[in-house]
This record gives sequence, structure tokens and C-alpha cells, in this order.
Amino acid sequence: MTSTPSRLQQKLEGEQFVFTTEVCPPKGADCDTFVAVARELAPHVDAVNVTDNQGAHMRISPLAAAALLQREGVEPVFQLTCRDRNRLALQSDLLGAAALGVKNVLLLTGDHISFGDHKEAKTVFDLDSVQLIDVASRLCRGEDLSGRKLHGAPSFFIGAAAAPEAEPFELTLFKLRKKIAAGAQFLQTQAVFDPAACQKFHQAVAPLGARIIAGIIILKSAGMARFINANIPGLNIPDTIITELENSPHPHTTGIDIACRLAAEIKPYCHGIHIMPMGLERGVAAIVSSVSA
Amino acid sequence: MIVSRQKPIEDILSSLDGCRSVFLIGCTKCATVCKSGGEEEVWQMQEELLAAGIEVTGSLVIDEACHMLRVSRDLRSKQQMVDDADSILVMACGAGIQSVSAATSKKTVAALDSLFLGNIRRFGQFEQKCSLCGECILTQTAGICPVTACAKGLLNGPCGGMDNGRCETDQESPCAWAEIFERLQKTPQSCDLESYRPPKNHGKVPKPGKLKLPK
Ligand code: SF4
Ligand code: SF4
Repeated sequence: MTSTPSRLQQKLEGEQFVFTTEVCPPKGADCDTFVAVARELAPHVDAVNVTDNQGAHMRISPLAAAALLQREGVEPVFQLTCRDRNRLALQSDLLGAAALGVKNVLLLTGDHISFGDHKEAKTVFDLDSVQLIDVASRLCRGEDLSGRKLHGAPSFFIGAAAAPEAEPFELTLFKLRKKIAAGAQFLQTQAVFDPAACQKFHQAVAPLGARIIAGIIILKSAGMARFINANIPGLNIPDTIITELENSPHPHTTGIDIACRLAAEIKPYCHGIHIMPMGLERGVAAIVSSVSA
Repeated sequence: MIVSRQKPIEDILSSLDGCRSVFLIGCTKCATVCKSGGEEEVWQMQEELLAAGIEVTGSLVIDEACHMLRVSRDLRSKQQMVDDADSILVMACGAGIQSVSAATSKKTVAALDSLFLGNIRRFGQFEQKCSLCGECILTQTAGICPVTACAKGLLNGPCGGMDNGRCETDQESPCAWAEIFERLQKTPQSCDLESYRPPKNHGKVPKPGKLKLPK
């Protein structure tokens, strides 16, 4: 366990623009493809997020997935949600991650069970995301939630989620301020589509000190965009984008173009970009090179 | 009040498998208001049991089936009918059913599913407002309970799925935190959204819950 900051933290704190992306851990014990995809993406980005039973669909543990990437030399961002674990499990997973060398954590509430593939499961939510961020900060200070001393304190780069386009904006700001006060050092946003909303978000949040990593999603088709609008909480893809995809003879290429364009437009309002490739991994390199150019 | 709903009749009949005779119990309070175990429903159940070839030895609609002493006393007053039955079918909440099972050694069959502590919006419409968490925070949340009204029970504000003030789990329902926010805008209260709310103390309500008033 070393206390050297992660590359992601060093770059963000050194005012360098960062790129991250994400790979969904597999449903099953075979992680070959998962690791291969992450390795392929790694040269283009600073870190690779591993999602936590995303959309409440059961997959392998993000802790195991993050450790696998760490072992491969790919810097992970370990996503951890409050949906499936109580405060003991959350703390022990955080400490476990630290022991395996994982430093970047993205601490989330988690999508509701009703979206997933185990709808009859009991939801936990023993802590909420603000409390989880507070717990991670306490662990870094060498004590657990009950105030007991730790044998070896972890050092995390703590991230939280933000939804810049959700209304009422003022209400979401209250929670963000609490997240930052509790110890969030960077904010990863939901997929954004409106540069004006990003500008407003940046104005409101940048003074609070947290670094902003804006989310960009690669849309493969108009059908996928409509599906996301109907099924993924908090994402609102505008009709203009859906029409553009619909009228395109090559929707994959158009989807990547749209993502490149959005990324360039929002770059002034963030400190980094998180790319959700949604199966179009080749888009990641394209977006990174178009924004960096 | 405790909101309950009758189990499907097929399930009730299959739980009564092998019983030729039944004694029926309802409750005059919550189960009556929910139309799951009042006088009228007990009578309807009697008809359905008869139609299924099960004899009903007698029935009793108890004033508060959750009252253990009263249930024992009332059952004793119908001792013969109870003794004649193979089992007792109870149309009351889970608390009421257990007052009965504690008072008799007969097979006790549950006719209702107990759902939640509910408010009555209007006749026949019930809503959960409180989940009996053991440390009420309504004073700090503008009189709206996020432990219950938020699908995730979040204490520090809305989740990322909230949009246009609606809940991610149901676009028809308001997000509890949007409601709290709106109420605070209209009537400033002695609470604010800025302060950190620590995790709940789940030790406050032991499981099973017990309370003994000092003498
Ligand atoms: S905070 Fe909510 S659940 Fe707890 S006692 Fe008050 S109303 Fe009930
Ligand atoms: S949208 Fe609001 S009420 Fe629904 S789960 Fe999220 S915070 Fe709770």
C-alpha cells in the first residue's frame, strides 16, 4: 500500500486535461474479454472505470474487476454504490480495494433495483452517497465509521457523481456541495448533451474546488438513443441528436462524430472527459485525438 | 393504520388443504377499513369456503385483533366452535394473526398479506408516509419523510436519477427531495438542505421491537 497519488489525481491536480472511459465487468467468471478491452483502451486514457452492477444488473464484483485491471497495469476507477452493501460491506470493500492498490474511487448511490435483472432483491441503501464519501474520507484519516482506529489508512482519490442537466438545478447543487464538503475531490457527470448546461454547471461548481470530468456517451443509433431516454434515469438525449442519427447512412460514424463535437464544445467547462463507449470502443481514441488536437 | 390485502382465494384454499372445518376471525379496525377482514369480508369468505366444501364452525370479528388479551378472551367465549374447527383462518394483519396463534394451539392460517403503515388519502386509497424508523427526522426535512417517500431512503438530497422533480423509479411520482425543496422554498422553516445528515442508527429499533412503559 503506497500513498503516492494515482496518475488521475496527479494530472487533475496538476491542471492537466484527463480522459477516462469505462468497461463493464462481465456477467460470468471469464474476464478475458473484459481485460482485453480495457488493455486496448488504456493507451488512450488516464484511467478506466469499472462499473458496479450497473443498472442493477448483476455482474462480477467491481472490486475484483478493478484489481484485475490494476494487475494488468491499467489504472482503474473503482465504482462503488450504496445499493447492495451496508456500511460494513462498503468499508471493507474500500479497504480491500486499497490493499490491492486501487486508489481512484467513484462513490455513488446506485440505480434502483427495479431497473435491473433481480427485481425481487432487497435494496440496501444503508448509507447514501454523501455519507459514503464521508466514510471514505474517514478511512483515509485512519478511522472507521464507528471511530475505531485502522491498522493502516488507505489513500483514495475520491470521486462523486453529478447530473448537470437535471432540474431543479438548485436542488442538485445542495447535494453536490455536501459531497464536496464530505471529501469528493472530483465529480464525474452524467452524459451531457447541452454545452450551455455544462457552462452553468462549471460556473456553479468549479469555485467549490472539485475537478469536473464531464461524461460523453457514444450513441450507436437513433434506436439506442430512444432506449436510453426511456430507460436510463437522468439521461435526456435531445431530439436534434436523435434525428441526426436517424438520417445518417452510417449511424456509428455519426455517433462518434456527435460525441467528438460535444466533447470539443464542453472542453472549456471541464477538467477532463469520461467517455462511455457503449460498445463502440474505437470511438474513444477518436474523441481523445479530436479533443487533444 | 396497518394496510393489508387479502391473499388470492386459491392460495387461501391451498393453505387450508386437508381442513374440513374452519373458524373465521376478522378485525374491526385496520382490516375493516382496508376491506380485507371486516364483517363484510368475513361473511364473503364464509360463502367462498362453503362453496369450496369447507364447513365454517363459527366466526368472530375482534375489536383490535392486535390486542392479545382481548383475543384470548374472545376466543374463550367461542371455545366450542373453535374446538370443532380443524383450523383458524385469520383475516387480520400479521400482528392480529399472531395474537390468535399465541392464544390457541390450533393450526392458524393467514388470509391477508400485511403491507405497510399507511395514511388514508380517501376511502379505499392508502399511502405509506412513515416506515417506523425509530428516530424521526421530520423536523429537519420540512415535514416530509425521505426515509419513506424516497425510493432509496436517501437522507442528504436527491439521487442522480431525479429529473424535472420526478422520481427515477416512477415518472408519475414526485421525487421526495424535490417536494422537500419546494416546501422549503414556499415556507422557510428551521431546517436547511445544506446540513449533513449522518447515517441512521438502525440500533434504535431492536428487532423484534419491544417497548415497556415505566410503571
Ligand atoms: S423519519 Fe420517517 S420513517 Fe422515521 S419515524 Fe419519522 S416519518 Fe417515520
Ligand atoms: S429520484 Fe428522488 S425519490 Fe426517487 S430515488 Fe432518487 S432521490 Fe429518491
